[in-house]
Amino acid sequence: MTNSTIDHEAVPSGIEPSASSVLNAASMVPLSIEDVTVAYHRRPVLWNIDYQAPRGKLVAIVGPNGSGKTTLIKSILDLVPRAAGRVLIFGKEYKTQRHRVGYVPQRTSVDWDFPVSALDVVAMGLYRKIGWFKPVTHAHRETAKQALDRVGMVDFASRQISQLSGGQQQRVFLARALVQNADLYFMDEPFAGVDAATERAIVDILRSLRESGKTVIVVHHDLQTVHEYFDEVMLLNMRLIAAGPTSDVFTTENLRKTYGGKLALLDQLSEKMARPRNN
Amino acid sequence: MSSVLGVVDSMLELLFRAITLRDYNTRIVLGGTILLGISSGLVGTFLVLRKRALAADVVSHSALPGIAIAFLVAERLSPGSGRSSSILLIGAFVSSLLGMGMTMCIRRWTRIKDDAALAIVLGLFFGLGMALFTVVQRTATGNAAGLQHFIFGKAASIVAADVWLIAEVSAVVTLLCCALFKELSLLCFDEEFAAARGYHTFVLDGTLTLMAVTVTLIGLQSVGLLLVVALLLIPPTAARFWTHHLKSMALIAAAIGGLSCGIGVLLSAAFPRLAAGAVIVLSGAALFVLSLLFGRSQGLWPRWRSQREFEHKIGRSDLLRACFEYIEPLFNIDEINARKLQSVSIPPSRLLNIGHWPESHFQRLTASAEKSGLLRFSSEGWQLTMDGAVEAMNVTRQHRLWELYLLTQTDLDPRLVDRGADGIEHALDSEQLARLEGLLSAASDQRIPPSPHVITGAANSDST
Repeated sequence: MTNSTIDHEAVPSGIEPSASSVLNAASMVPLSIEDVTVAYHRRPVLWNIDYQAPRGKLVAIVGPNGSGKTTLIKSILDLVPRAAGRVLIFGKEYKTQRHRVGYVPQRTSVDWDFPVSALDVVAMGLYRKIGWFKPVTHAHRETAKQALDRVGMVDFASRQISQLSGGQQQRVFLARALVQNADLYFMDEPFAGVDAATERAIVDILRSLRESGKTVIVVHHDLQTVHEYFDEVMLLNMRLIAAGPTSDVFTTENLRKTYGGKLALLDQLSEKMARPRNN
Repeated sequence: MSSVLGVVDSMLELLFRAITLRDYNTRIVLGGTILLGISSGLVGTFLVLRKRALAADVVSHSALPGIAIAFLVAERLSPGSGRSSSILLIGAFVSSLLGMGMTMCIRRWTRIKDDAALAIVLGLFFGLGMALFTVVQRTATGNAAGLQHFIFGKAASIVAADVWLIAEVSAVVTLLCCALFKELSLLCFDEEFAAARGYHTFVLDGTLTLMAVTVTLIGLQSVGLLLVVALLLIPPTAARFWTHHLKSMALIAAAIGGLSCGIGVLLSAAFPRLAAGAVIVLSGAALFVLSLLFGRSQGLWPRWRSQREFEHKIGRSDLLRACFEYIEPLFNIDEINARKLQSVSIPPSRLLNIGHWPESHFQRLTASAEKSGLLRFSSEGWQLTMDGAVEAMNVTRQHRLWELYLLTQTDLDPRLVDRGADGIEHALDSEQLARLEGLLSAASDQRIPPSPHVITGAANSDST
């Protein structure tokens, strides 16, 4: 991908070698958010967000309710219009890079009473690849089954989705994104309201994605697990309060800035973080 | 007396003629209307899944001003041409599209909620249509124009030319539905994901709306605008009671749509005084009620029955386990076998004590177990039969494995576990059981693990 970028945009002969390496570097950055502002009905929701996600890392987006976490992901994916700024995925606009991006929306965003099986939902991740007017074939179903297997749900392939538990539904959603075999993933609260088995399964998947050099951006609510699960963190509350490696950025002071008045929660948390983990 | 017989006779004659399709006209009407039912069932499936059921109502009602205006304009240009159904349909088409476009714009650009937007547009267009209709009535040809058909429907007024139109439109709609099946289903299930994957959801949505508009319009003449929405919505809603799969749901909806149209047309041919549109919709409603009651996947009767079976299974397992737990302390746990279980008689009052059943429920449970040959009554009390003893060991083992699982895998207070285990053990199938046994390999060497909590009312507890 990187090489082809250079080939197509024929670098003029006179140009400094450093220019082409800049171009090269830009297309290596999985996600670059440049001065993005989003407004709903003229009320700003996100202000001047600037961030570059490093390759092969697990990134958490953390912030209080209504801080614009979901909106940020949606604006990156062009689901919500930006008032200003731009977003580059591997150095290009999202609409040319869709095949490299996997998306796991919030589980509660759909009606799970819909008459489809778990396998059907996962196959939806392949529809773009299958193309218009063509049916889902046996080979596609096999691919979907493999994705279900990765999230430990292959036994439930033919189960109607309303008969799955919340955690199982979340894993089906995850499999739908995995089946695309993307390079950059966005997951909106995949850990919300899931059982322990699902949480473990998702963490395993995240780690195996990182091992194969993929980048995963995750909206995350559980402050206690941020250190354990994520390499990078974005602290968001309409503005980007801080972003960077978890060990540098995920400090009590930054959290206090992000969460503002909700101090009780933070004091509890810092107490817990100070204590050695014994369970 | 003889006149009544005569009426009945002539009715039967009409019914016979209708069913055997003697009349060319009946055949035409039947064919056209069945096609209409099939295509509306298909399109309706997606409308229902997209939760746009009311949109169909807006489409049909907003056709009214278009019909009136088309009539008035045509009459003005060349008197007499206002009755041409193609001109009226074009008018209806344009104003339906306007109505739908308006709701889509309201939804997109304002913060008015969906249902309110639909209701506002429906009221606006229908009101406008009714006002224009009073103008139409006052024109010289207005009364005879048969515009009333569009409101109340008259399937019998369909002529061969209409059938061709209906057939062509139905064929196009059916093909489109098949071709766009996976895209439309994705749109209905998860619009946002579809948009993120690069589908132009506005275009897909527009296509679905356009199909709904066309089907509604070709249905206007036969069913009437007040009832055409039922033709779109009843078949898919009924189909949902039969299946959990989108493809079968679409097929069943098409079948129910075709069937209710067919039955409706035949009935109204046999009883010409009944309004065809109403009869079609009522036939659909009858099929809906049947589906609601007997639908295989969500019908009331199958659900009630499976609930009863489930409760029955729970009751029987609890009874057998109570027998086992009463007898258990009398023997060494390693020596318990079916023969030993059979040898003990349990006084009914003691059994009742373990299970905590209401008296009447207990009577029913034991009676049913006796009937199935699991228990027998002797003078000293209840005794397990061979089958009952084997089943009792099996049930108790499963129950205790679950208790152990809950104790080891989640940190529960042992006193709470018994209740929890009751619910889950009956939901176990053999595959899940095998997996559970794998987890608990230490406890699963074919023996029955001891209960993790004290059993009150067992055989040894009265001696202490």
